[in-house]
Amino acid sequence: MTEYLAVLIFIFAGVGIVLVTFLISRLLRPDHDYPEKSLNYECAEEPVGTSWVRFNNRFYIFALIFVVFDVEAVFLFPWAVAFGQLGLYALVEMVLFIAILMFGLFYAWKKGVLKWA
Amino acid sequence: MPVSAFLVLAGVLFAIGAVGVLISRNIIVLFMCVELMLNSANLALIAFSRALHVVDGHAFVFLVLTVAAAEVAVGLAMVITIFRNRETINIDRISILKW
Amino acid sequence: MIDEAVASIDLNLIAPELTLLITACVILLFSFARSMQRGASAVGFAGLVVALVLSANQWGHQASGFFGMVTCDNYGAMFKIIFCVASLLALLLAVRYFSQRGLNRPEFYALLLISTLGMMVMANTSDLVVMFLGLEIMSVPLYVMAGYVRRSLESNEAGIKYFLMGAFASGFLLMGIAFVFGASGTTDLRRLVTDFNFIVSNFDLFLSLGGALVLIGFAFKVAAVPFHAWVPDVYQGAPTPVTAFFSVGPKAAGFAVLFRIFTFGFGDLEVLTNLFWILAVLTMTVGNVLALRQDNIKRMLAYSSIAHAGYVLVALAVGTQGAVSAAIFYLVAYMMFNTGAFAVLTMLETRAGSKSNFSELAGLAKANPYLSAVLALFMFALSGFPPTVGFFGKFYLFASAVNNGFIWLAIIGVMNSFLSVYYYLRVVKVSYFDSPEGAWTPVPFSTAIIVVLFVTAIGTLGLGFFPGELLKLSQTSLIAFL
Repeated sequence: MTEYLAVLIFIFAGVGIVLVTFLISRLLRPDHDYPEKSLNYECAEEPVGTSWVRFNNRFYIFALIFVVFDVEAVFLFPWAVAFGQLGLYALVEMVLFIAILMFGLFYAWKKGVLKWA
Repeated sequence: MPVSAFLVLAGVLFAIGAVGVLISRNIIVLFMCVELMLNSANLALIAFSRALHVVDGHAFVFLVLTVAAAEVAVGLAMVITIFRNRETINIDRISILKW
Repeated sequence: MIDEAVASIDLNLIAPELTLLITACVILLFSFARSMQRGASAVGFAGLVVALVLSANQWGHQASGFFGMVTCDNYGAMFKIIFCVASLLALLLAVRYFSQRGLNRPEFYALLLISTLGMMVMANTSDLVVMFLGLEIMSVPLYVMAGYVRRSLESNEAGIKYFLMGAFASGFLLMGIAFVFGASGTTDLRRLVTDFNFIVSNFDLFLSLGGALVLIGFAFKVAAVPFHAWVPDVYQGAPTPVTAFFSVGPKAAGFAVLFRIFTFGFGDLEVLTNLFWILAVLTMTVGNVLALRQDNIKRMLAYSSIAHAGYVLVALAVGTQGAVSAAIFYLVAYMMFNTGAFAVLTMLETRAGSKSNFSELAGLAKANPYLSAVLALFMFALSGFPPTVGFFGKFYLFASAVNNGFIWLAIIGVMNSFLSVYYYLRVVKVSYFDSPEGAWTPVPFSTAIIVVLFVTAIGTLGLGFFPGELLKLSQTSLIAFL
């Protein structure tokens, strides 16, 4: 039960600190509102258009190819850790696995999806 | 912590995901709900794996992650196609096939 | 450790799967050169034939490998043959359908082959994890195939609906597998049986919950009521050759796994028997009743496929080896006449502007007597008239139900078959007795589709005259059934 009490205290303390800091800054800060303040932040440049722009479709393809190799890493890490005990057998399997993924990348590349044009 | 705590959490997440799939109208939100269901199952697998002191569950989770990635890749591709054709991803408005 | 690992590799066990994988990669290579693209379907066809031969070659071999992840038996080989034939027929239908629409791209055949590969993985294992992986390898290409006609709004919708329902179902399945794993510490059905043969005597909450969730997951795949809502939309929206494949391949794969899990793995549990009883009755009744009022033939066949899934579920409720062999017989029979019916539809859809409505059939018999005759044959087979194979399929199924005391189930099944006669014969009636509204548009000739029609018609009639051989085959497939 005491562990839960600690959690409870943490929750209250966490929420409390945030509220108190907001309150203090509210009391201390000057309050001049002008339109530039509510603009989108774009690296201190004047923003062009709204923030609801449509992203280029090609980002999707890049993200997709990224995900493929992202997930590959999930398998590579445990494989690398256990490699000492597994030996040649695991090496061959991993080479096959990566070869299949590479084939996918090769396909995407030949189909021209990696070009930004 | 007892394994039941993880299972309850997994069950709650699974229920949120399942209900979300049933009531949500936006396809992207539907995807997220499906992902929630898959990941709650992952949580259950890991909890069981730990409770039983075997690693099979952990290995299975890797496979599920891969499958989820593949599914989402295909799903998003279809959403993009639909958006190009219809300019909407509201599940009610893309329905032209009827009983 | 290493010796054990190397010893468990037996490439013979996965030879058909490997063939399909390599062929699919070769087909993708074909897509790079425009001049080679037309050869893709031929390569796919050859790959499937080789896989078919290799699958048939596995008949009679009983082996397990890859750390027990892959299990070869006659049952798996039987289903692999079914998948290969279904895939071959769909491929033949697709060539004409897609080249006419300018969509005959190599990627389609690669997807078809990978999907077939997934089905084989499902049938070739007794491990739940591998079944899940196989299911996903099967499903992900199927989502793309349903939405393959990118410009068609119906196809888009079919794709996304199939995807959402499929992903939803895999969530349930995965949770179910997690619970089975948690209850027993294993995902291998064989170990589940040997180590945990307690289900009958000892009610285990996690295991039952897991079993129920796994059942829900696969019930979506085989389109059992109440998990059928996606079927009509997907079947109607998807390109017709793809629909032909949907109604046979994934369904057979789903049942292959269901029988393995529930007839072998979980054994005789009374709760399960009652559950399957209800599921079977609901599925066949709802499918048949809703099929009655359809105006679109594809949609009607979608509901009819739900009804037929209900008949096969009878075998799951009965749960004996005899019932399972009758179910395999039925699945082969259904593949024949259902693919045949879709082949006729594909042929009719090679006419411009066809939407496969009933009214488009009017005048078919006068203009095209052979086509309407085979269509009538398939409709009689679907409704279960002798001497077609459809009659014997239903006969064996319901006979196994009666022999094991499921008399009411058999009676409901027979009543449902009578109900289904109405809408199947409506197709025959429209094509023979109604006159077309405008001028009849002639149906273009297509060799590939004629081949499919020929094979399926021979199958429907031939197996109807000699049903014993196929039944014997499906009975032997259950020797040492895992």
